[in-house]
Amino acid sequence: MEYNVLIGGEAGQGMKTLTSVFSQMIHKRGFYLFTLADYMSRVRGGHNFFQLRFSDDKLYSHCEKLDVIIALNQETCDLHLGRLKEDGVVLADTNVKSNDSRLVTIKAKELATEVGNVRTMSTVLLGALLKLFGLDEEYLEEIFSHKFNEKITNQNLESYQRGQSLVEQKFKTSKGNKAERLLINGNQAIALGALAANMKFYSAYPMTPATSIMSYLVTKAEEAKIIVEQAEDEIAAINMAIGAASVGVRAMTGTSGGGFSLMVEGLGLAGIAEIPLVIALVQRPGPATGLPTRTEQADLKFAINASQGEFGRIVISLNSPEDAFYQTTRAFNLAEKYQLPVILLSDQYLADATQTVNLFDLDKVAIERSIEDEPSSDYKRYALSETGISPRALPGYHSGVVINHDSDEHDEEGNITESAQVRNDMVNKRAMKFSLAKNDIQEPKVLGIENPQILLLGWGSTYSQLKDAVELLNENERRYGALVFGDIWPLPTKKFLDSYKTSEKIINVEQNSTAQLASLIKETTGKDIDLNILRYDGRPLSADEIIEKVLEVE
Amino acid sequence: MSTKYATYETAWCPGCGNFAILDALKDTLNKLNLSPHQVLVVGGIGQAAKLPQYINTNGFEGLHGRALPVAIAAKIANHNLKVIVNTGDGDSYGEGGNHFIHNIRRNVDITHFVHDNQIYGLTKGQSSPTSGLGHVTDFTPNGVFNKPLNPLTMALSLGAGFVARAFSGEKDHLVEIMQEAINYKGYAIVDILQPCVSFNKVNTFAWYKDRVYKLKDHDYKDKVKAFEVANIWDEEIPIGIIYKEEMPSYTDNFGFLKEKPLIEQDTSKETVKKLIEDFI
Repeated sequence: MEYNVLIGGEAGQGMKTLTSVFSQMIHKRGFYLFTLADYMSRVRGGHNFFQLRFSDDKLYSHCEKLDVIIALNQETCDLHLGRLKEDGVVLADTNVKSNDSRLVTIKAKELATEVGNVRTMSTVLLGALLKLFGLDEEYLEEIFSHKFNEKITNQNLESYQRGQSLVEQKFKTSKGNKAERLLINGNQAIALGALAANMKFYSAYPMTPATSIMSYLVTKAEEAKIIVEQAEDEIAAINMAIGAASVGVRAMTGTSGGGFSLMVEGLGLAGIAEIPLVIALVQRPGPATGLPTRTEQADLKFAINASQGEFGRIVISLNSPEDAFYQTTRAFNLAEKYQLPVILLSDQYLADATQTVNLFDLDKVAIERSIEDEPSSDYKRYALSETGISPRALPGYHSGVVINHDSDEHDEEGNITESAQVRNDMVNKRAMKFSLAKNDIQEPKVLGIENPQILLLGWGSTYSQLKDAVELLNENERRYGALVFGDIWPLPTKKFLDSYKTSEKIINVEQNSTAQLASLIKETTGKDIDLNILRYDGRPLSADEIIEKVLEVE
Repeated sequence: MSTKYATYETAWCPGCGNFAILDALKDTLNKLNLSPHQVLVVGGIGQAAKLPQYINTNGFEGLHGRALPVAIAAKIANHNLKVIVNTGDGDSYGEGGNHFIHNIRRNVDITHFVHDNQIYGLTKGQSSPTSGLGHVTDFTPNGVFNKPLNPLTMALSLGAGFVARAFSGEKDHLVEIMQEAINYKGYAIVDILQPCVSFNKVNTFAWYKDRVYKLKDHDYKDKVKAFEVANIWDEEIPIGIIYKEEMPSYTDNFGFLKEKPLIEQDTSKETVKKLIEDFI
């Protein structure tokens, strides 16, 4: 069983509530859900839609073909009708017109007005929608009463009942498999990962699509005993996180490409001053303002190369909400172990796609602080060592021991120097610890067949579409596999080089126009990747699209 | 001068006002009975901002203009540390202007000593936000056209609770002001006038010496008076505490910080588990 529903309309028409209530009802019944949000950069009006795919099996991505369209306006019907399956249904108020026989109109607005609250029009449609799938009001009252007061809850329940009576069941649904699973998006998973890692300080400036990390954290700040500070700009945001981290709390900032551009000097500061710092970079199409509410993976090389000078940083691209949670906790450990910045690379697709995932397991989360608790009286913050890692003691806790952090080139005590010898020692020290960090880098995830005839490559959030695509491709002929990078800088190369030897064809899949992963692989391994599937219109690739293009090029 | 905070070789020009300010700071810390490990001195970039390098306390020398965000976050993370910013007029009012504005509003309990020599020293003699009108430099051959920024009225208008002015040539007075500023619970700014012997040929030691006078019988609780005093400049320049008002500081907004500093508080596993389960 698998269905795909699109709910579209103008911002402010109740689409978000309808989507959220429908999602929760589906989720609570034990179905797996994947919700794709497609919204414009405006508060009212425009064309916006949510796609809700649900199934009794785990889902990884959205899909294009639709079973039901809820058209809150004419535009939704006109724009998406082409994607509706033969036996699909468009459900709309009577003001939506079409010659297509699949359109079913109901007097949603009129009935909602009768109930006494025209804003419950979308709930009339919800009633009809659930009826199409033969689903009753289980969980409905609970969900509404959590959102609204008693009067509005009752109006919504009444509107729901009216909607149910207007249509007949059309699609069969299974019973669902109830279990403790989470309905969560990528940004919420990052935020929970940060809390699980005992992050105490988050400073950021609002920027779509990264803002919801901060907006989640700020509502939990008192409960979790953390400080969330809205900075005056992204420069302040990163410098605050550095300041907090420098005295010993785990600190983080988050932004999108434009804000990250402002943070770049701070990134270098964390590099030379050896401050453990975690940065969430949630990509959107650029440059400059670009397409604020849409998705892209074009900041890979930027994240790897940002800042003047040479220093190590680790870049982890996030594959899914589960991955986002666990990798965020790992990022803090790596940042402290190697005393360097770690960038978590996500994008709008992963940030906003709400989906059903397995319960996060805190027993799988380790907090490794790497702090020197008993520094000797001759302690030096940047002491040279065989590993390049200097024991990190914290200021304020050890009488006779002071800690100096410096953005200038510095000696072992953290004092400014222009000595050629010390400069070489310090550059080498920082390079050495980064080279050691390579031992902690994880190889890409393998999808489908290991060392396959046709190898697909990807990174970050396209994991989800590649997973679905490889599975479907292998249903016909089992010769497809994919390597999807999570850790991407330093680039792990072992699995790639193994597959490179045995694969007949390699196809690189990315959401950018210049094939940045292919270029990084060439730079790191010398190997050419000839075939690319690239999308850069701000909309996410789908598994269907990947399959179609793979079959075209192979 | 106290030796507890050590003496380092500096890169400052002989006769620079920074020496007196550094000495005054060491004396101040000594008088306040603060051990080196209890103090964090933060600087940005510039001649003044090198000060953290020359004092034996915890130090953070960051980026140009960015001393304040580092300092306030360090204080929020461990409010047991005495956090002091020593940095210049270019760093504080030019490159760091946005942070100056917003950290007055934020009111974290730190002390901001601005070494104000009305010129850029490290980059060799460009005008600064506090350079006077008509000031001729190599970079403003026809004199400065831009109106000078008045940091004191700016701080007052943004609601700062401790606003003072001092002069590097009046060291004992400077030490008194520094003690008051450090003891003040909230954001305290002291604009410290100092000569730049190499690049400012207008506002010399003698120029300041002829003009500064210590405030007497000034009611620093009177904000209107404070604005008046903060506007006195040119013919004579008053030094001293211009405005002082007790008010809650940033960390008072968080109940859980009353028990102990942020760094000593963990987010419990039970809390995280509950927050995760909210998504079921």
